[in-house]
Amino acid sequence: MNSVSLPAARAASHSNAMSTSRLIGVYLAEARSECIRYMRAPAFMVPIMLLPTMFYLLFGVVMAKSEGADAARYLLVSYGVFGVMSPGLFGFGVSLALERDGGLLTYKRALPMPPGAYLLGKMLMAMAAAAVVIVLLLIMGLALGHLALSVQQMGLLLLTGTLGVLPFCALGMLVGTLIKGQGAPGMLNLIYLPMSFLSGLWVPITMLPKVLQQFAPIWPSYHLHQIGLVAVGLQHGGVLEHVAVLLGFAAAFFIAAVRRLRRYG
Amino acid sequence: MHTQSDVVARLCGVVKRYGSLTALDGVDLVLQRGELLAVLGPNGAGKSTSISLLLGLIQPDQGRAELFGMDPVQIDARRRIGVMLQSAMLPLTLRVGELLRLVSSYYPDPRPLEESAALAGVSDLLKRPYGKLSGGQQRRVQFALALCGRPELLFLDEPTVGMDIDARRKLWAAMRALVAEGCSIVLTTHYLEEAEALAQRVVVMAKGRVLSDGSVDALRAQVPLTQIRCVTDMDAGVISNWPHVAGAERDGSRIRISTSAAENVLRRLLDADASLSELEVQRASLADAFTALTDETIEQEAA
Repeated sequence: MNSVSLPAARAASHSNAMSTSRLIGVYLAEARSECIRYMRAPAFMVPIMLLPTMFYLLFGVVMAKSEGADAARYLLVSYGVFGVMSPGLFGFGVSLALERDGGLLTYKRALPMPPGAYLLGKMLMAMAAAAVVIVLLLIMGLALGHLALSVQQMGLLLLTGTLGVLPFCALGMLVGTLIKGQGAPGMLNLIYLPMSFLSGLWVPITMLPKVLQQFAPIWPSYHLHQIGLVAVGLQHGGVLEHVAVLLGFAAAFFIAAVRRLRRYG
Repeated sequence: MHTQSDVVARLCGVVKRYGSLTALDGVDLVLQRGELLAVLGPNGAGKSTSISLLLGLIQPDQGRAELFGMDPVQIDARRRIGVMLQSAMLPLTLRVGELLRLVSSYYPDPRPLEESAALAGVSDLLKRPYGKLSGGQQRRVQFALALCGRPELLFLDEPTVGMDIDARRKLWAAMRALVAEGCSIVLTTHYLEEAEALAQRVVVMAKGRVLSDGSVDALRAQVPLTQIRCVTDMDAGVISNWPHVAGAERDGSRIRISTSAAENVLRRLLDADASLSELEVQRASLADAFTALTDETIEQEAA
């Protein structure tokens, strides 16, 4: 079999470049599919929506009636952060783990899909789910908890939640590249639940033992919680430091995950 | 008119190892434009590894894989191919039309959605969620996704598994139509009759090597035996001692004779038994050739 025809073969390969508008179309189509696909999957959406809303209803509305407006606001932020973490960790992490296992990722890598479109699609899906969680909690708080928040504060909290999901997307992505298939949800719960507790999302951080309080800043959820508290006006001072920490977490997880994906698919 | 520039895909002296296992051991393969190539081989022969290399999913340890003269990792090379993999769990909640629109968006100049659907015979399924389809319908949808980008080269890995005969024949017809358009196809299959019905060229692989590469007839000719079957009272042991007879055995009232010179044996057979009936003469099938070829290698390996 002769194999000396490289230059000729190259000459024949005509340009197959994508126009910019078609390339943008790929990103849009991928994001759209990813959103539709999960919004239609109750097994995915129901736990993400139900867990934080049930917690908030129980601890933030029913049991906190006597505690005053500040407690209700504080708990709104806590359960908001708790609710925002799960679309990131599970939406990104579990779906990646399952798609690596089921062959969808291999299929998409064989297709001419820009890898960025795949990741961006999942990211936007997680951001949309996070926004829905925050909006649900706000509606509950306003309707049942007699929450006093300005429109600006609500907007800031929504923004915090929607962008705050990103470091958890990166963490979920990293776990999704480390664990294949059905093992991922268990592993992610082992991260999700202790991290929520240790960063003061279930019980206020001041009620945790001293040692745990000191270690709280190592968790990304702690920093998101702090930003959320500033957003609703319960805390004053700079958020830049927390934003920088979260960006650092996101970048570190993302880079580690991309490396693993490159090497192992 | 196969000039050198008509090469669409190529493996050059490719070696691929997984730990101590050598999946491909120096494989050369060239695919010309408009050619339908069937890759056959037992499990573990290296078919999937070869395809994965050409799709840029894995890298060769030695040698080179090329699509249109480019590294398959380059997205520009892959914009000219369509793919149907053996096991790909597509999103179950997306409708067929949504899947088609999504995959079409990856390509610079895709077919109109209706055309892709019609070619693959899924026009009536466009509104159905993928997860609600039968296995055969899902395969047809995957085929539609493979051809929607107007590819110049199509990789089909076991495309007709789980399809009934009718669906399989429709898919064969669609594949022939694509080849007529100038599309090249690489087909791996377990169904030898599929290769026989479609392929201009057949590559047989085993143990990570290419055992044979040529037309269906050339492959068949590697086993020069013809089967003769008939109802007769004659003794199989006697016939097996005749010249040109490779073997003869009795199967109920019938005798089955393998021979390399069917005409001579037939003449003698008809002379010897005037009451002979239900005569059948059959050339070696592709399956016989395939079995003979792969058995031989496996025996050599064992020795």
